[in-house]
Amino acid sequence: MKKLLRLSVNGKPREDAVAENALLLDYLRGTLGLTGTKQGCDGGECGACTVLVDSQPRLACSTLAHSVAGRSVETIESLSAEGNLSRLQRAFHEHLGTQCGFCTPGMIMAAEALLRVNPHPDRAAIRASLAGNLCRCTGYVKIIESVEAAAQEQPV
Amino acid sequence: MSTLPDFRLMRPATASDAVRMRALHPSSRYLAGGTDLLPNMRRGLVATDVVIALGDVEELTGLHEEAGSLTIGVGVTLATLAANKLVQERLPALAQAAAGVAGPTHRISATLGGNLCLETRCRFYNQSEPWREANDYCMKLGSDTCRVASKSARCYAAFSGDLAPALMVLAAEVELLGPLGTRVLPIADFYREDGMAWLAMAPDELLVAVRVPLKNGWVSAYEKVRVRGSIDFPLAGVAVALRREGDALVGLRIALTGVSSRPESVSGLEAMAGHPLDDTALAIIARQVKLGTKAMETTLIEVPFRRRITPVLAKRLVERLWGMVGDNPIGPS
Repeated sequence: MKKLLRLSVNGKPREDAVAENALLLDYLRGTLGLTGTKQGCDGGECGACTVLVDSQPRLACSTLAHSVAGRSVETIESLSAEGNLSRLQRAFHEHLGTQCGFCTPGMIMAAEALLRVNPHPDRAAIRASLAGNLCRCTGYVKIIESVEAAAQEQPV
Repeated sequence: MSTLPDFRLMRPATASDAVRMRALHPSSRYLAGGTDLLPNMRRGLVATDVVIALGDVEELTGLHEEAGSLTIGVGVTLATLAANKLVQERLPALAQAAAGVAGPTHRISATLGGNLCLETRCRFYNQSEPWREANDYCMKLGSDTCRVASKSARCYAAFSGDLAPALMVLAAEVELLGPLGTRVLPIADFYREDGMAWLAMAPDELLVAVRVPLKNGWVSAYEKVRVRGSIDFPLAGVAVALRREGDALVGLRIALTGVSSRPESVSGLEAMAGHPLDDTALAIIARQVKLGTKAMETTLIEVPFRRRITPVLAKRLVERLWGMVGDNPIGPS
């Protein structure tokens, strides 16, 4: 059964009729068309669907939409809201942190959460924060270097 | 993975409301962080028509120190537990176990209660519906036969929670709330050796809190082996709590996870009290841990490895803790 869901998505208040059994992932991708959040393993194992809920990373595939009622949800789309890449997005682009790009939104959102609480993380902190985000194209060196590069930049 | 089946979602504001809702809907399921239950529901492993989400129940998220013990609400997340200073300093096995569960994003959602009630796991159970159908299902769901022990009358799915063994060696108690009130039991008694019915909890009860004594003189640690150090469930996990006075071991508790259908408390360690930690003692530890290791073919990694690694982990932790106290005696005895 659908119920009214009130929350904030990418800074804008929303009110939608959402099925009680809808996952946050389905709500974002299906109802709102925010397909930047990826449906990867779809079982809580790969991190591709990572979004921020009140600035903390959450797996949208293992979270009910109604359980984030009243909270602030941010997806990858929020980072380039004014048409400019965020420092993390630019760093992933410039430091080749992206290959096929499927894991990238999750990687960037997990890294965004890290930089908000720890603006100058060391390599160990970056590795620990991204431990649950899998990339199947390559290793993780370029991804970690991208986060390091973004951290060295002042936030815009 | 398929979408979630239809269900009614209830969001109680108090624990007693949750218990009342459960009494009205006996086939409902409690939802905490969702990292275990939701994927299991999507795989068709768990069916329910009512989900009682506990996320709004604030009374379950407290962490209070009182009269020499720490009471932890079941809604406290694993990330919070792992980062808590008091837990890190006084109950290191619990902090280490919480920090070792799954990946960092899981730990932000996942809760103490969810990990203690974690569904038992098996390579014949945690699979897609087509996979299980092609393999004629298993005793835990859809068949009469346990695929890891075909003549067995019971299911051997392994309990794989990391926090339970840590809380067992820390002598914790669990508090259950039912329609008639609360009852408290030692955490070891909360579990049963049965992959299908691994919790000794009545259907109308809700696990609400864990009480851990803050005892001076004890040190503790937890370690697990897993395929990928960043995310996986334990192939074997070992928690140790130890008390040393001078050159004598005066207390030793060891508990295991991932190697039985319940977290296993290792027995037969009492005889070592008063003795030093020498080769004889280490041999006894290895033998007793091996006896408690009942690993079956529930994981893709072979059983002999898990049977061998468990005593190795236990000895390693005991030696580390023994050395730690020797170098740096802590607390009044």
